[in-house]
Amino acid sequence: MRDFILKRVAVIILPLMSIYGFYVILHGHVSPGGSFAGGIIVGLSFITYSTVYGLERGKVKLPERILTLVESYGTLWYGIMGIVGILKGAPFLSNKLAGFNLGEPGSLTSGGLISLLGIGVGIRVASTIITLFYAMGEEES
Amino acid sequence: MHFTSADYWIMVLLLTLVIASLSMLFIKDLLHAVIVFGVYSLIMALIWLLMNTPDLAITEAAAGICTTVLMMAVIFRTSRKEE
Repeated sequence: MRDFILKRVAVIILPLMSIYGFYVILHGHVSPGGSFAGGIIVGLSFITYSTVYGLERGKVKLPERILTLVESYGTLWYGIMGIVGILKGAPFLSNKLAGFNLGEPGSLTSGGLISLLGIGVGIRVASTIITLFYAMGEEES
Repeated sequence: MHFTSADYWIMVLLLTLVIASLSMLFIKDLLHAVIVFGVYSLIMALIWLLMNTPDLAITEAAAGICTTVLMMAVIFRTSRKEE
């Protein structure tokens, strides 16, 4: 697990993986992909870091306390975005009825609430995946 | 009945999918079974792509890799052979 070539290749690949994950999250409503797939890609980049450089350094880079906070606030963000629909006088989580656009292909900011919802779902899925990996990778005998 | 070339590709891939999922049942080495599961999800992603649903293809590829990595982490912590 401490191979020289593995570490150098990881240095090249990791930023591209993270950026591609956030790209898929942010473009989830106008192009193929979505917040779930993008969140998994972001989580996999941190899992790659933990696998190559060791679980201890991975936990220094992204502690479990921060993961718990991100997970909780991602869910809370989803709820807040749903309540925005109620405040506009429409049902919970409504987008078109509340007066926002439904989005058109190729235009990033035309999504209304959907793109903001996607950010919450994306970071929540990413932190869940990383928490699962930490729980399964712990040395416990 | 008229078949396009994508239909023939889907037939070949579905046949490989059946072979991969059946062989997962009978492989005794769990690491090899996990690798075959990775093959399964890759073929499934290709089938979604040929059926014009790139959304599901991206999700299937990402989720398949993720579950493969998690199962491999479990195998390295526990026994590799099936009892």
